[in-house]
Amino acid sequence: MLDAIDRKLIAATQGGLPLVAEPYRALADELGLDEAEIVRRLARLLEDGAIRRIGAIPNHYALGYTANGMSVWDIADEAVADIGARVGALDFVTHCYERPRHPPLWPYNLFAMVHGRTRDEVRAKVAEIAVLVGPAARAHEVLFSTRILKKTGLRIAA
Amino acid sequence: MRSLDPTEKAIINGLQGGFPLTQRPYRDAGAKLGLSEGEMIEEIGNLVAGGQLSRFGPLWNAEALGGAVCLAAIAVPRERFDEVAERVNAHPEIAHNYERDHELNMWFVVSTDAPERVDQVIAQIEHETGLRVRAMPKTREFFVGFRVEV
Repeated sequence: MLDAIDRKLIAATQGGLPLVAEPYRALADELGLDEAEIVRRLARLLEDGAIRRIGAIPNHYALGYTANGMSVWDIADEAVADIGARVGALDFVTHCYERPRHPPLWPYNLFAMVHGRTRDEVRAKVAEIAVLVGPAARAHEVLFSTRILKKTGLRIAA
Repeated sequence: MRSLDPTEKAIINGLQGGFPLTQRPYRDAGAKLGLSEGEMIEEIGNLVAGGQLSRFGPLWNAEALGGAVCLAAIAVPRERFDEVAERVNAHPEIAHNYERDHELNMWFVVSTDAPERVDQVIAQIEHETGLRVRAMPKTREFFVGFRVEV
């Protein structure tokens, strides 16, 4: 569980780390803690999964990855854990989740997000997933985003 | 889109994780890329200012922070699309909203500090728009090792 200091650390770093030679010391000064405490907390939060990773967080669009395809798959419930693990392991899949179906409009229970420079590149990658999944997929589609209507980052108050 | 030089590519490809928890992390990370501490700080600053990086630092996991995130979709009649987008986006809990090419043509993410708020926000949107919202909370997350290559 997170305590009040963890939440302050989130608020202080959700826009990024200080770009100075000793960024953890700078954070420590800002929060009135010592540097070792900051490092210890960040290490724990990484280990617990509250921080997924620390480093460069790319802006897909600005890097030319403008095609964004949400591939969705109708996989037998008993097979989805195994198939999902294999699809998620592909190096071009950015998110991979099991979600509830909403039949008949929405029969799909496995979502795998694929980014690429062009729609054709995304379609080729989705075809690779189809080969990997094989007959376990009863149906699939890829939904391209045609417009970003809103995009804001995660914002946690201290 | 401006093209990236080899140094910028090395930073983006090589540092999407694993930034050291040391006293001089820019120096230590730069050593592996053949860059000085000063160069690292300057290059990263330029990539953030130029928008190629959204930011440089920890990528926080919203759910692990005690909040809740839920994907949801609406089949919006074409002639009402802009009006419905405006109503949905007006909720501060909507973090992202995308138009997609499907009968379910509006896909958004509800992100809240308190898990019980997700259902309330969805119910409000249904009330305000008169349209059915299909909630698609994740029931299982599969590990992904994705990294952007530039």
